[in-house]
Amino acid sequence: MLLPGVAFVLLFAYVPMGGVSIAFQNFLPLRGLFNQDWNGLENFRYIFSMPNIWQVVWNTLFIAVMKIIAGLVVPITFALLLNEVKNVVFKRTTQTIIYFPYFLSWIILGGILIDILSPSSGIVNQFLGLFGVSPIYFLGENSWFPFTMVASDVWKTFGFSTIIYLAAITSIDPSLYEAAAVDGAGRWKQTWHITLPGMQMIIVLLMVLSLGNVLDAGFDQIFNLYSPQVYASGDIIDTMVYRMGLQQAQFGPSTAVGLLKSLVSFILISTSYLIAYRVFNYRLF
Amino acid sequence: MYTTETRGSRIFKVFNMIFLTCVSAACLIPFIHILALSLSDNAAVMAGQVKLWPVRWTVEPYLYVLEKQPFWRAFGITIQRVVLGTLLNMFLVILLAYPLSKGKHKFSKRMLYVWFFFLTMLFNGGLIPSYILMKELGLMDTIWVLILPGAVNIFNLLLMLNFFRQIPDEMEDAANIDGAGHWRTLWQIYVPMSTPAIATIALFFIVGHWNAWFDGLIYMNRASNYPLQSYLQTVVLQFNFQTMSPTEAERLARLNDRSIKGAQMIVAAIPILVVYPFLQKYFVSGIRLGSVKG
Repeated sequence: MLLPGVAFVLLFAYVPMGGVSIAFQNFLPLRGLFNQDWNGLENFRYIFSMPNIWQVVWNTLFIAVMKIIAGLVVPITFALLLNEVKNVVFKRTTQTIIYFPYFLSWIILGGILIDILSPSSGIVNQFLGLFGVSPIYFLGENSWFPFTMVASDVWKTFGFSTIIYLAAITSIDPSLYEAAAVDGAGRWKQTWHITLPGMQMIIVLLMVLSLGNVLDAGFDQIFNLYSPQVYASGDIIDTMVYRMGLQQAQFGPSTAVGLLKSLVSFILISTSYLIAYRVFNYRLF
Repeated sequence: MYTTETRGSRIFKVFNMIFLTCVSAACLIPFIHILALSLSDNAAVMAGQVKLWPVRWTVEPYLYVLEKQPFWRAFGITIQRVVLGTLLNMFLVILLAYPLSKGKHKFSKRMLYVWFFFLTMLFNGGLIPSYILMKELGLMDTIWVLILPGAVNIFNLLLMLNFFRQIPDEMEDAANIDGAGHWRTLWQIYVPMSTPAIATIALFFIVGHWNAWFDGLIYMNRASNYPLQSYLQTVVLQFNFQTMSPTEAERLARLNDRSIKGAQMIVAAIPILVVYPFLQKYFVSGIRLGSVKG
């Protein structure tokens, strides 16, 4: 029963792992897979001599870390607020609405964002114009681009995370609230001393697990929304690998960048799972 | 929560409702706006009159999209991909999860295999090696390049595996005594008992295949082989007037580019909208399914 699955994974996951040897070659596609010249660490020397490499690393970290922070704070706040609502229909309708963008691709959301954020005809700038704000080029200005990425990522994902946190809140024992109310604790105190501690496990666990994402700034999103004028603030490791590798056919250096990213991610993800396992007894299998 | 109604709490309640309503509205407005654009007359769109309600209704943009052959071809490829891909995904996930869900005493090499699969979640070869592999295998420009590389999804495998583990061992033993082999036990006992998990995971796969665009973009050399999302990526996000025929350009002069893009995005989002109630129903249970284990 294991055989077909093992074969697929061997071919499509482990063979490409071996393919990272391209990072140490002067790879020319026409010469076939096994007839390439090895050039040691030349590709790595080349990528670290690129003038924009540290900018790209910084952009990646900046966008990814901001997304992680916003991705924790916004849904937790929202779950707490939503939890205060007693009206079931209102609660469910809100959840249904905020949850929806999660299931659409960045192609569709990207197309929508490009339209609504346009400085000339976009509805967002029209709205801001009502308050006398002059048009902002959200996707074309380096000072705005990273924040636009974070905000639109929150738009897509916060509904989903909110539901995870709400599930954690509903699993809190209601008798705790009763006891607190008897002791004279008001709403704020109940939230602060019961709800938040009750969510603590899931919050810290998700924080730890998000450690593995600090090099993933979101290729699907950024690739569809960036343009050369915002490379300075928006070019991330994954988009650089794509352009170097598949557009400029620099297979060696591109694989080298990918390999470095994979290695660092490997360490980060392993560490985060290890911490989650040791501290929270979190097990994937 | 148990509190007495005070003035402060009532004020909070009102502001809370207003705030939540505003945020939900902000999430929804972009979609409504695009829908309104797609149903509005060219002049109204050009003049920037369209906000949240169509101005001078027209379905012309939709007719244009629905008559477009490349759109339907891409749509067809996506349907093919969703059906074939999901079937293969589900078959492999079920087939793998069954032996891997067995305890050590029944399957001594279990951990070795689990780690074999899990390792691919931690480390991957990256873009270029995968690309070259597809090229060497001759899969470029075939439907299989969209289906085979992702045939085994480790995350969903772990979900399925953890669900199977909750099924008591006695079920299998009883089936064994009645003379059922592993194959029959799996398909006639485990699978029917796991319908919620199977529905959840199938939905994950369907949405995943429907939304995938990058593989189509890089592995298909001919645009006529693009699945829908890759096709949309090229026409909505990298739109280019030079690729149009003169008759198309003439027709487009009467239609608004923003309306057409809007119409295409709406049509591509409709299937997600259709399965959305199921997604909502099963996803939360799916998340719990993945996290509940000891």
